[in-house]
Amino acid sequence: MTELPAHVVTNPRLGTWVTVADGLVEVHVGKVELGQGILTALAQIAADALALPVERLRVVPAHTVHGPDQGSTSGSLSVFQAGPALRHVGAVVRALADPSSPGYVDRVGALDPDTDLTTAPTAGDVPAAAVGRSEPRLDLPDKVLGRPRYLSDLRPEGLLHGRVLRPPSPAARLRSLDPDWKATGVELVRDGSFLGVVGEREVDVDRALEQLARDALWDEEDTLPDETAVAEWLRAGPHETIEVLDEEPPEGALSASYSKPLLVHASIAPSAALARWEGDRLLVQTHSQGIHQLRAAIAGALDLDPTTVVVEHVENAGCYGHNAADDAAFDAVLLARAVPGRPVLLRWTRADELSWAPLSPAMTATVSASIRDGRISGWSYEVWSTGHTSRPGSRATPSLLAGAHLATPVPLPQPTDPPPARGGGTTRNAVPGYDVGPRRVVGHRRVDSPFRTSAMRALGAYFNVFAVESFMDELALAAGADPVELRLAHLSDPRAAHVVAEAARLSGWSEPVPDEVGRGLGYARYKDKGAYCAVVAEVAVTSSVDVRRLTVVADVGVVVNPDGARNQLEGGATQAVSWTTKERVRFDRRRITSTDWEQYPLLTFSEAPQVEVHLVDSSATSVGAGEAAQGPTAAAVANAVHRALGVRVRDLPLDAASVVRAIEQSE
Amino acid sequence: MELMVNGSPVALTSDRDTPLLTALRDELGLTGTRFGCGQGLCGACFVDVDGTVVPACQTPVWQVEGASVTTVEGLSRDGEPHPVQQAVLDRQAAQCGFCISGVLVRAAALLRDEPDADADRVAEALDRNLCRCGTHRRIVEAVLTAREHA
Repeated sequence: MTELPAHVVTNPRLGTWVTVADGLVEVHVGKVELGQGILTALAQIAADALALPVERLRVVPAHTVHGPDQGSTSGSLSVFQAGPALRHVGAVVRALADPSSPGYVDRVGALDPDTDLTTAPTAGDVPAAAVGRSEPRLDLPDKVLGRPRYLSDLRPEGLLHGRVLRPPSPAARLRSLDPDWKATGVELVRDGSFLGVVGEREVDVDRALEQLARDALWDEEDTLPDETAVAEWLRAGPHETIEVLDEEPPEGALSASYSKPLLVHASIAPSAALARWEGDRLLVQTHSQGIHQLRAAIAGALDLDPTTVVVEHVENAGCYGHNAADDAAFDAVLLARAVPGRPVLLRWTRADELSWAPLSPAMTATVSASIRDGRISGWSYEVWSTGHTSRPGSRATPSLLAGAHLATPVPLPQPTDPPPARGGGTTRNAVPGYDVGPRRVVGHRRVDSPFRTSAMRALGAYFNVFAVESFMDELALAAGADPVELRLAHLSDPRAAHVVAEAARLSGWSEPVPDEVGRGLGYARYKDKGAYCAVVAEVAVTSSVDVRRLTVVADVGVVVNPDGARNQLEGGATQAVSWTTKERVRFDRRRITSTDWEQYPLLTFSEAPQVEVHLVDSSATSVGAGEAAQGPTAAAVANAVHRALGVRVRDLPLDAASVVRAIEQSE
Repeated sequence: MELMVNGSPVALTSDRDTPLLTALRDELGLTGTRFGCGQGLCGACFVDVDGTVVPACQTPVWQVEGASVTTVEGLSRDGEPHPVQQAVLDRQAAQCGFCISGVLVRAAALLRDEPDADADRVAEALDRNLCRCGTHRRIVEAVLTAREHA
C-alpha cells in the first residue's frame, strides 16, 4: 500500500465522502465550484474510482458538517489534492461492496459510514473510463436555461433582503447618524461604524441604502499613496524581506524595472450570502473558497463555539481568488443577528465590489543580468509588493471586513504572503526557469499597506513572469538572438523546452507579419512545480494595443477533462489580456475612485483575441490549469508590443497612455 | 399593471418605479435574469421588450405596461432550448455562467434581426455584455453555430 492521501488521513470516515440517496451515489467533496468546472472533473475521477458511470453520481457541494474538510479551493491544487483522495475512497468502496454483481449501489448505501478509510481494505486500480473525456459541465444546463442555481436565487420561507452601507473610504469612521433614523419597510442594523438595513422587499432595502448613504456623516482621512508614484511608494518601505536565494551573481550589465498597478477581481456578480440564526445555531450559505476557514473566522469574531456554526457552499459568479465572498458572509451574519429565525439574503453593491473587495497588489521589480556569446551569466531579481493573502485562516485573527467597523472592533490584519511551500505570494515565480548561472532573488513586502490586498489568480506569478520574460526578450535583443532560440538554449527541462518550441511552431513564429503587427512569446512553469505553459501573442499596435491571437501550449500532466482544461487556459489567457491591456484600480489620496464599469473597464467581446489552446499529451501527475497562462500571456503581449513598435513598455497596463509614455522616454 | 412575460399575461403589484429586474426576480420568481451592477453597464440583466434589448435594472415597470417582455426563461420553444442556448451548451461556451442569461437574450435578438451576422458583428453586438471569465470567443463561435438553426 502506498502512502495514504493527505485528505483521507484528515477525513478518515467513509460517510464523510460517500452516501447513497434516490439510487444515486452522492460524492461529498470539500472543493467548490467557482465557475472553473471542478465539480465535473471530480465527478469524472470519482466515477472511475467507484466503477460507475458519471450519471449514477451526484456531487454534493461542500458543507462543514456533511462533507470533508479539504481546505480552500485555491492555488490550482484541487485535482492534485482531491484526485488521490477520491481514488482511495473508491478503492475502499469497491473492496467492500463488489461492483461486479447486481445491487452494487444498494450495497454501497448499506456500508457502515463509520468505516475507517485509513485501515479498510482497498481494491486494485480500474482502467479509466470517464477520466480523459470531455464530459460536459454538470452545472451549465441550469445556468444556460436560467434556472435557479446561484446564491442570490435562493428564496427560503420568510426571506429578508439585506444591504450594508460601507464607509466612503478605507480609514473612514462614522461621525453621526440620527439615533431615530428610519426608512420605509426596513430595520436599521447598527454596530459602531457598521450600518445595514434588512427588509422584506428588495426595492425597500435598495431605497433605504440610498437614504442611509445621504444621512450618515463620516470622518475621513487621507491614507492612500500617490496613484502616479505607487512603485516608489512600494520601494520606500517599511518592508519584510523575503530572501529566496543568493548565489552571489556578478553585477549585471543590463538592468530594467517593471511595474503593475492594483487590480480588482471584478466578478460579474456582486458578492452575496444567506444567513440565519436558529436558537444557538448559525446557518450560513456562502460562495467562499474555504468554508471551514470561514466558519472558524466567524466563530472567532463573534466568540461562538465553531460547532454551532454550519457553513454550506452555494455557487455564485466566477471567483478568481480571495474576493468579498467571506466578507459578505460575515455581513449577512451580522444583519441576521438582528432578526433571529429569519433568513437574510445579503448582497453587495457594484461600487463596493469594485472598491471594498480585497485587491490584487501593485508590484514593481528590478532585474539585471549579463549576456556574453549568447549565454546569460548571473541574474539578480528584486521585487516589491504588498501581501498576497488576507484570507480568513491565513492569520490567527478573523480577517472579515465588517469586523474592523464594529463598536468593539476586530481589526483586519496586514496582508501577508502564503508560505514558500504553497508557492509564496510576492515571490511566486520570481526565480527564472532558465539556466542563468548564479542567481539572487529577493522579495520586499511592504508591511503597512492601507490597501487590503490578497490573492488573485496566479498571485505574484502574473507580474513576476511578465518581468522575467520581458527581460529575457531584452537580453535576446542585446545579444542579437531570436527570443525563442535564446530560451531554448537556457532550458534544460525537456517539458519546458517542448511547450516553448511547440508554441513557436504552432503560431508560425518565423512567418512574416505586417509592419504594425508583432509576435511575442512568454513562458513559465507555474509555481515552479505546476503546469508548463508557453503563449505566443500576435498584437497590432496602432492607437491602442490590439491583441488579435493567442497560441497557448500547456503541459498539465494527465488531463482529466480536455475541454475543461482548454476552457480554463483560454479563459485565463483572455482574462490576462484584460488585466494587461486595460485594467488599473484608480484612487486619490483618500478613496478608491474606480467604482463602476466605466471607470474600471474590462475587455469587450470585440477586443477579445482568438485563442488556440494545445494540450501536451502527458502521463505525468495532473496539475491545475487555471493559473498557468496569466503570466506567460502578459509577457507575450509585452514582447509582441516591442516587436511591433520597437519600444519596450515596462509599466502595466499596456494601454495607450503607457505606450505613449514609453515612446517619450525612449526618444 | 398588466403586461406579457414570456408569452403569458401577468399583472404586477410592484410600485410603478420598481425596476423590472426586481419585479421579475422577486414578484414573478423569474431569477434567470441576473443582477450584475444595477447601472445598466454589464448586460447581465438584459431582457427583450417588444423587440428591443434593455437592461431590466434600469427599466421601471411603468415603462413596460402593456409590453411583451422576454427573459432567458422565455427563450426556449416548445420545451426545447433556443438554438443559441443549445449551441452554448454544445460548445461549453460558459465558465461561471453569470453573464450568460443576458448574452443569450442579446444573441437571440441579434439572430432574429440579423440572421446573417458574421463574427465581427456578433462580437460588436455583445460589446455591452461583460464576461469576466474570458469565454468571449467561445460565445461568439456558439452564436455563429446557432445561426443555422435560429
